[in-house]
Amino acid sequence: MAVIKVDNISKHFGALKAVDDVSFEVQAGQVFGFLGQNGSGKSTTIRMLLSLIHPSSGNIELFGKSILKNRAVILEQVGAIIERPDLYPYLSATEHLQLFAKVRKQKVAASNITKTLEQVGLAHRAHDKVQSFSLGMKQRLGIAIALVHNPSLIILDEPTNGLDPQGIADIRALIQHLAKEEGKTVFVSSHLLSEIEQVANQILIIHQGKKMVEGLTKELLDPEKRVVQIKTLNDEQALATILSSSFSPYILPRKEGVFLKLPTQAIPLLNDTLVKAGISVIGIEAKNSLEDYFLQITSNA
Amino acid sequence: MWSLIQIELYKIFRRPRTYIAFGAIAALIVVIQLGLKIDGDAYAGFLMKDINDTLTVDGKVLNGYLICYILLQLLLVHVPLLVALIAADMISGEANLGTLRLLFTTPYSRTHWVLAKFIAASIYTILLLIWLAFLALFVSMWIFGTDDLFLMKSNYVVLIEQSDVLWRYVGAFVFASFSLLTVTSLGFLMSSMSNNSIGPIVGTMSAIVFFTILSTLNIPLFNLVKPYLFTTHMNNWKEFFDIKVNLNNEAIKGSILNIPKIKTSLWVLTMHIILFVTASVIIIKKKDILS
Amino acid sequence: MKKYKHIIGYCTLLMCSVLISLNAMAQNDPLIEKVSQKLGLVNDYVAEGVMKTDVSFIKASLGKVKVYFKKPNLLKVKKDGGISLLPRGGVSLTINSLLNTKQYTTIPAGTQQLNGKNLTVIKLIPTDDNLDWVISTLWIDPQEALVYKTATTTKENGSYEITMQYGEYAHQGLASKIIFSFNTKDYKLPNGITLEFGDEDPAAKQKALKNKKGTIEITYSKYTINKGIPASIFK
Repeated sequence: MAVIKVDNISKHFGALKAVDDVSFEVQAGQVFGFLGQNGSGKSTTIRMLLSLIHPSSGNIELFGKSILKNRAVILEQVGAIIERPDLYPYLSATEHLQLFAKVRKQKVAASNITKTLEQVGLAHRAHDKVQSFSLGMKQRLGIAIALVHNPSLIILDEPTNGLDPQGIADIRALIQHLAKEEGKTVFVSSHLLSEIEQVANQILIIHQGKKMVEGLTKELLDPEKRVVQIKTLNDEQALATILSSSFSPYILPRKEGVFLKLPTQAIPLLNDTLVKAGISVIGIEAKNSLEDYFLQITSNA
Repeated sequence: MWSLIQIELYKIFRRPRTYIAFGAIAALIVVIQLGLKIDGDAYAGFLMKDINDTLTVDGKVLNGYLICYILLQLLLVHVPLLVALIAADMISGEANLGTLRLLFTTPYSRTHWVLAKFIAASIYTILLLIWLAFLALFVSMWIFGTDDLFLMKSNYVVLIEQSDVLWRYVGAFVFASFSLLTVTSLGFLMSSMSNNSIGPIVGTMSAIVFFTILSTLNIPLFNLVKPYLFTTHMNNWKEFFDIKVNLNNEAIKGSILNIPKIKTSLWVLTMHIILFVTASVIIIKKKDILS
Repeated sequence: MKKYKHIIGYCTLLMCSVLISLNAMAQNDPLIEKVSQKLGLVNDYVAEGVMKTDVSFIKASLGKVKVYFKKPNLLKVKKDGGISLLPRGGVSLTINSLLNTKQYTTIPAGTQQLNGKNLTVIKLIPTDDNLDWVISTLWIDPQEALVYKTATTTKENGSYEITMQYGEYAHQGLASKIIFSFNTKDYKLPNGITLEFGDEDPAAKQKALKNKKGTIEITYSKYTINKGIPASIFK
């Protein structure tokens, strides 16, 4: 069952197309990675999912219902943090959770507040005012607010912003726990792809408001589809050599540098071809992370 | 809905800014009371200069009731500015803080939130007014005692019997609550149109000052628009303290000279409140939350 | 301000206590002597009444008052709680101050019809230039020996008229109603002080312009006569 179903949504702010005809589906129990550079339209899309922004066109369904028509029922099952962890500086962590637990139609047990604070690692600062919190602590509290009412869909927009490496690892573990142990659907966005590739089962990359690619993480990280960058003393000659060789179909059009998309085992043969043609090869770099894939796609666009 | 109102009240009263208005009112009132306690006779003498040419006034003119009237005259011009400090921040303050998006992703509709915020701001306004009433009326009664209310208006003097005064203050404070709620709703409207706190607060204060000037200047051109300005009607709490006279020029105890004027003003103020709040709801409902 | 208090009571004083003083004086007018003798029967009284203030620029309701008098010239008007408005300068017009000085001469001024009564008019003229009043006229009913009206012109506080009506206590020379008439001056406070910026009530304004005469009326309901009054009342 699709927990989120987005059909051709667009959002225009005057002449600016912030989101341009984007469609995707998120299945129940999935961790869905929503990737894009800053300003790519991620937050606008997330705000539309949460009915904070009205789409210029298109349709959004959560749990099989239109968000515009069934807002209250849908949002009862959704927990979200959006961009910065903006909170009330004069309230404590516990008070924040009490406050947001109160706006839920289903009663939130007091024990759940304690449990959630423990889950995000804030139990020791439960009664401190937020004005004394670091950005990372605010981020943790933001996540706690999203979780306190035990929602089945969790939307996390840039959840690792401001966190130190340990914090990032903690959040990653938490996301995996929520999906695997608690069966929740997690929609997580980031501009740091290295974080997402480790937790998401499905990834969508958005750039300049347009969906660039969507697929299962394992497919996008397929070793058969490595991106290989060749560094030589003469890139033009190298490119000409490759074009006249059997590697010609694997060339990726890039503004700078020589890139090919090919299986790892073909790299030695490529090296041989270049050396035989008298080209001084400085190095051949096979990039296998989604980070590169993301950079590749966005630099192409 | 009650949960939302509770939350909004909780937030209002957890903020230090909220208490500025209570403190400011207390400070102003205490200073004026102190001044009048020390030098009140000179002030009364100045006010009664014309009367003393003809009559001798015997009794405690400068009593708690008159002090309260003087305080209300002075403060009900300034309290709207203090009300604006909170009301104009109710929505825009949260937009600025970024917490508005947290509220609007809860299962309650924006209309619910806006109304809850307005009701909470209104409760704050009423509490401010009760605080004002307590200090201006009851504390003045305690410090200065009570007697008949000898009211020196621009063109005539009204002498209201002691037993006929208190209910008029009740009426005046109820009326003043409508005046201040109009300010609350105006601040609210401004607040719904902005994503920062300062703009709506300054905007509301400016609007009040601007319209008050239009209401008070006796220029024929302005007189045409005066009946439509809420600031013109806000001051009509004073009508509770004007009394009818019979054909023998005897004041009729328990009477109010111009009840229709009070009713008209209440009607105009209520319409403003409804208009401003409805506009706020519409604006917020249509607004994209980008903060 | 204090010295001007209780003017209304002094209106009463005008018709009684002060005329009592006349008795003690060497009078050349037998009618004034007759009036004085009548008033001389009253040593003290407490009168309960209702006071009405009718001044164009004042809106006041009727107020209950008590008037205390004690021979020879002690008088006090006490409102039953509250603020009372009394004509300014009236104190200098009381017959006490007029006659106790004994510095006047009486001049008969004929008779005059007043409310269907034939009254004898007698003028008092001060013989001391330092006195505040210039002339005082009394209208007296020669049969009843009751003063129905007095008119006094002062040097500084304008002219005052006091008219009296009699009822139950006429035999003791005590009025049932006293009307104190005086000229009022303009009353106006700047809007900046009253903070009243609304449209002015044109009717009130017009009324203030055309009616320049103010009256204060006391209607007595009950006199308690010669029962003794502690002196402290008059302090």
